[in-house]
Amino acid sequence: MIGFVQDLGWMAVRFVDHLGKLAVFAAQIGRALLTPPPRVRPFIEEIFNLGVLSLVIICVSGLAVGMVLGLQGYNTLVRFGAEQSLGAVVGLSLIRELGPVLTALLATGRAGSATAAEIGTMVATEQLDGLRMMSVNPIHLVVTPKAVAMVCVMPLLSALFIVCGLGGGYFVGVKLMGLDGGTYVSSLQNAVDFHDDVVGSLLKALVFGVLVGLIATYRGYTSAPTSAGVSSATTSTVVVGSVSILIFDYFITALWGV
Amino acid sequence: MRRSAVRDFVVGLFVLVGLSAIAYLSMNVGGWSLRRSGGLTLYAAFDQIGGLKVRAPVVISGVKVGQVDAIVLDKNFRARATLDLDPSLKIPSDTSASIVTAGLLGDRYISLELGGEETYLNSGDEITMTESAVLLERLIGKLIHNTDVKKAE
Amino acid sequence: MAEGSTDTDAPVVFDAVDMAFGERRVLRGLSCSFPRGRISVILGGSGSGKTTVLRLVGGLVRPQGGRIIVAGQEIGGLPESQMYAVRSKLGMMFQGGALLDSLTIFDNLAFPLREHTRLREAEIADEVHKQLAAVGLTDVDALLPGQLSGGMIKRAALARAIITKPEILLCDEPFSGLDPISVKRIEALLRRINRQLGITMLVSSHHIPSTMRMADQVVLLLGNTAVVGAPAELQQSRDATIRNFLNEEVDESLEAAAELATERQSGTWSHP
Repeated sequence: MIGFVQDLGWMAVRFVDHLGKLAVFAAQIGRALLTPPPRVRPFIEEIFNLGVLSLVIICVSGLAVGMVLGLQGYNTLVRFGAEQSLGAVVGLSLIRELGPVLTALLATGRAGSATAAEIGTMVATEQLDGLRMMSVNPIHLVVTPKAVAMVCVMPLLSALFIVCGLGGGYFVGVKLMGLDGGTYVSSLQNAVDFHDDVVGSLLKALVFGVLVGLIATYRGYTSAPTSAGVSSATTSTVVVGSVSILIFDYFITALWGV
Repeated sequence: MRRSAVRDFVVGLFVLVGLSAIAYLSMNVGGWSLRRSGGLTLYAAFDQIGGLKVRAPVVISGVKVGQVDAIVLDKNFRARATLDLDPSLKIPSDTSASIVTAGLLGDRYISLELGGEETYLNSGDEITMTESAVLLERLIGKLIHNTDVKKAE
Repeated sequence: MAEGSTDTDAPVVFDAVDMAFGERRVLRGLSCSFPRGRISVILGGSGSGKTTVLRLVGGLVRPQGGRIIVAGQEIGGLPESQMYAVRSKLGMMFQGGALLDSLTIFDNLAFPLREHTRLREAEIADEVHKQLAAVGLTDVDALLPGQLSGGMIKRAALARAIITKPEILLCDEPFSGLDPISVKRIEALLRRINRQLGITMLVSSHHIPSTMRMADQVVLLLGNTAVVGAPAELQQSRDATIRNFLNEEVDESLEAAAELATERQSGTWSHP
């Protein structure tokens, strides 16, 4: 019994320790951002790796989710004779929650784990030490472009997910279920408010981008220099990243006040 | 070098497509417009605003011409709304503002009925003729009361 | 032949350095100096702390006790941001090469020049090709590190380490994982670089024959103690531990040479 409580206490201490180290790490990234030279080439490479290479999974998933929403939404609304509001239901669900959250979860799995693995491998093969010995700060050259690219890419991917989802909902509602196209679109436009919904959605995507960018690079950077260490860094990125996204989702939704 | 030129192009394309998606969601779906349509600030005080919210539209003849910027309680305990309107409008001084509902159970907004005076309101002026929001429950209450009165007769 | 004295004029000086990783004590009061322009080999078995000595010089790990003086500056407690200035005088050849695996060999060699010098691209290309030629690598410009053999990677890493003309060159196990021919090649390269450029070299190794041939000074790490001296001194040592160490490894390599000779005679040997 005492052992259990001790373990719990120890876990709490370790958690706070990690949080502190993460904060220091984030500060180092912040300082690197302000230090010249700007690493434009690596940054663009990372936009490609994290954004362009995630396009397929994001758009396909967005389409699928939109279609399911269209189907489920229609089947439920038609019971109350409210199927005219399908556009609003699909749109609000996607924009407020499913777009940013699902995009972030998918991105964590794909881009986040890839980032952690890449940095972890560089630690294991002494490439980061090599950079240090050449008087180049590995946080400046390797970590910062990756983290910043993740932040920039997340809102873009989220918007694309949502647009594909709206299209999927349109396809199911209008083409399959026979709703009037104009009704779908106008219901959507009337229900969605720029400030309350779209801005909140983009804000969430940005915050999630910061979370995943930080967690993935931190876990990779601090991984043990072995293949087991790299693997552990990858899995913990996905786990910790996903849980953090869901928790932060609640807080942002509550604070944005809709 | 050629490899990186292709990559730059693809990245640029991706960013462009992503930004257009954001623009589409903001403007087409969310109804955000680039033009700062405000400038003319008018005030209107109501006894009851119902569910009127900040950023609710201000409408003339069904067309949106501005929005509600702020709602405060003035010293007479009336609700004073700050309206931010299109500066090109000429609002006669005897214009009235009423709070109406979109549909039966929808959001509240302000509708302006233009008056006939030749003098126009300037920024900072007050719309003196206002009509408060009709609360549905009061209406129903009145209906029930009237029905009871009729029964009693 | 005793514990090395600390000659503080030398480019690298260790003064009573203690180093431990958690519970494991690796270095205990190590004191020695590494003379300018000479090749010092840090010899020892696996886990004896050879690589740690180099990493201490590079500031990649910090000692628990004692002082380390590099190019006249004490680096034991130096913050990371100030280490970069010290490292500009160092070059390090890592055991696995540590080349950036997303860059071509050309870009890998050009990297330190692009970072720290204002040379034009044409001048950088010249320098890179010169260094590649000096280590005997040709036609590797567009290759990625993953496409090179072990020996080629080490040579590329060596070229990268000296391209910025450092005062002090650190080589971490340059002979590990190489066939005997490649070992001789690397050894010859290191000796030529030392002769031509007069770089102070610190080499960690457990390959005894090469050590005895190329070292001006040997720092032998044996468990708790370190023995410093010229190769000849060590070979004539009366100390049992030292003799055992040197002989054990020498025997192994003699056996390997004998095996090689037999294979060559029977025709089963082929050029790698």
